[in-house]
Amino acid sequence: MFSQVREITLMNIRNLPSRVGSSSVIVVGIAGVVAVLVGLLSMAVGFDAALKGAGKPDRAIIMREGTSSEMNGNMTPEQRAIIKAMPEVELGSGETYVVAAIKKAGTDIDANVVVRGVEQTAFDIRDEVQIVSGRGFEPGKAEIIVGVAAAGQFEGLSVGSFLPVRDRDWQVVGHFTAGGTALEGEIWGDLDTVNSTFRRGGISSTMRIRVAGEAEARSLDRKLQDDPRFDLMVKPETEFYASQSEQRTALINGFGLSVGIIMAIGAIFAALNTMYSAVSTRTVEIATLRALGFGNVPVVVSVMTEALFLALLGGSLGAGLVWLVFDGYSASTLNQASFSQVAFDFAVTSELLTMGLSWAIGLGIIGGLFPAIRAARLPITTALRGE
Amino acid sequence: MSLLGLVWANLFRKRTRTVLTLLSVMIAFLLFALLQAVSVAFDGGVEVDGTNRLVVGGKYSQIDQLPYSQKQQILSLDGVDKITHTSWFGGEYQDPKNFFAKFPVDPESYFEVYSELDLEPAGALERFARERTAAVVDISLAQEYGWEVGDVIPIQGTIYPKNDGTRLWEFELVGTFSENGEGSDFPLFLFHFEYFNEATLFGADQVGNWTLTIDDVERADEIANQIDALFENSSDPTRTTTEDEANRQFARQLGDMGFITTMIMSAVFFTIILLTGNTMSQALRERIPELAVLKTLGFTDSTVLFLVLGEALILCVLGGALGAGLAMFMGPGMSAALEGVFGSFEVTPDIFVIALGLSAAVGLLIGLLPALTAQRLAIVDAFRRG
Repeated sequence: MFSQVREITLMNIRNLPSRVGSSSVIVVGIAGVVAVLVGLLSMAVGFDAALKGAGKPDRAIIMREGTSSEMNGNMTPEQRAIIKAMPEVELGSGETYVVAAIKKAGTDIDANVVVRGVEQTAFDIRDEVQIVSGRGFEPGKAEIIVGVAAAGQFEGLSVGSFLPVRDRDWQVVGHFTAGGTALEGEIWGDLDTVNSTFRRGGISSTMRIRVAGEAEARSLDRKLQDDPRFDLMVKPETEFYASQSEQRTALINGFGLSVGIIMAIGAIFAALNTMYSAVSTRTVEIATLRALGFGNVPVVVSVMTEALFLALLGGSLGAGLVWLVFDGYSASTLNQASFSQVAFDFAVTSELLTMGLSWAIGLGIIGGLFPAIRAARLPITTALRGE
Repeated sequence: MSLLGLVWANLFRKRTRTVLTLLSVMIAFLLFALLQAVSVAFDGGVEVDGTNRLVVGGKYSQIDQLPYSQKQQILSLDGVDKITHTSWFGGEYQDPKNFFAKFPVDPESYFEVYSELDLEPAGALERFARERTAAVVDISLAQEYGWEVGDVIPIQGTIYPKNDGTRLWEFELVGTFSENGEGSDFPLFLFHFEYFNEATLFGADQVGNWTLTIDDVERADEIANQIDALFENSSDPTRTTTEDEANRQFARQLGDMGFITTMIMSAVFFTIILLTGNTMSQALRERIPELAVLKTLGFTDSTVLFLVLGEALILCVLGGALGAGLAMFMGPGMSAALEGVFGSFEVTPDIFVIALGLSAAVGLLIGLLPALTAQRLAIVDAFRRG
């Protein structure tokens, strides 16, 4: 029986080139579904990774109580000094988070790019931040450094160029990387310079601290909440970035799956159509085989195998194409919590590729099953007549 | 049998194939209509009848605040008719997921500038103007959250705490507004600017944007430049655009999503043309002897052309109509589910018409080659091949 299955299946597959037109329908249809599905989900994965990757367990953000955005908050230099002296705080950097309208490269869209004013300790707190060209900014000067993602996506941010922000021109003195996280979409400058340009006095919007771990961050949180001098809360960075990413990621996933499912239904119809016609053009051939003594099972298996083979081919094609074109593709979108742009790279992970191929196999099984059953049920005598 | 009847009968000679093809065309146009709606939501942003309105914002970014003192200076410019203002209040109603914009506004001037809005019930505007803690909301918000006039609505001030140290802002709903009885795609919660100004811990006497009407639409650019020139060297420089442009800019910040939808649509159409095209040419190949019989019986070449082309057209247009119709039916649900990604979108009758047109074009495209083959078919050759 296995030799029968093998013979018929091999024969079918050897026949494939003669049915290239109709077979390609399955391949292209399923390639389309897998490409769209994997492409959209890779966007969600990339967005999530950019934001979540920015959070480390030994770092925490101090922000105004009840707010969800780094933008809202007012911390005086005195408050920051008190907090920096607390035993839980290893390092602290007052940070001001504002946005500047900068043209997205190649468009006429003014996008809100994050401008973050930081103290020099920020570089010790976030040790993943590395200058890759030029140099760091000098305190007190109108100098900025630009994340590599921001430099690539917005106009006029190359090293040496001047960026007009409010009434002064800021010189771009360097580019930095930050381990592929959302920080790479930001512009950094000296806290005092940013504050004076944005007329904030000494008031920073948040403070970034290094702590021993999440537990210490939580105990500091309780301490500050109980302290009448402050209207502040402490969030571990991991928690903060997860909450920033959660909603958008869920929505992109939802969109990707809805489009994927609708397309998959379309592709099933296409696959059924192809396999039905593959069976119907070979009616005589299949009947002959059965007349020669080949059983029903080999016929069913061979049709199913053909469908699966084509579906897998399509799935690999679609997943491969998306991987080639989209993996690492840089994009940016609006973070509604702070009205600012988040830069991220599409991430076509092996999980997504596996998922795409599983979908392809599923679609192949559904698309092949009914035609296979029809092929096996054809009454030999009528079929031989070629009706 | 009429010619159309013949086309129809031909369609159903292989019922399974026709139904399956029809279904996949339908799915393609279902996706097309939904994605087109999303795409329109991107490009157009929120559709507002804002051609004679200008929006003045901070020159450097959307989060800049402008001083209240600019109002009289703008009003004194020639050609400026009425002016009002909005500010982004932030704030949460019960849960961060309940996302809608809340603006402190000046009641009278707001509804003068946005004169297309109808406020209900009668006397609501007077109450809104008179009572400090009054609020009015877009009718779609009132429906969504089940609010009625007289309800007290608590909002947590995430950006603006009150100067008594608390964050709880409470408003009494005094009315709802709508345009021609319909809610907006970008529903607003409006409350009294004076209340905000007196009770806020900081940010008093500042607004986010000025919105003004002008006497002459033709002079929009000129007046916008005048306003920006007026404040160019002040501590609060401005950037003035038409309202349409301001909305578009905001929507397009969502960025590369538009590109993604285009990619999906191309993938869908490439697939559908290949699939249906293949099915049509296969259907034709099987029928070559039959077409030869028709020609022998005296059917002209152009009639045969019409027969084949008609089949492709009917299949595609029917699939297109079913798919786009289904999209209109599913649209509201999908839009609500995906609101945070795209804002809200609507599968409009326009999109339905576009889908129909496109389906006819696809039908012609894939029917043409088989139809021409059929038209040129020489009877003798056809019989020999059969």
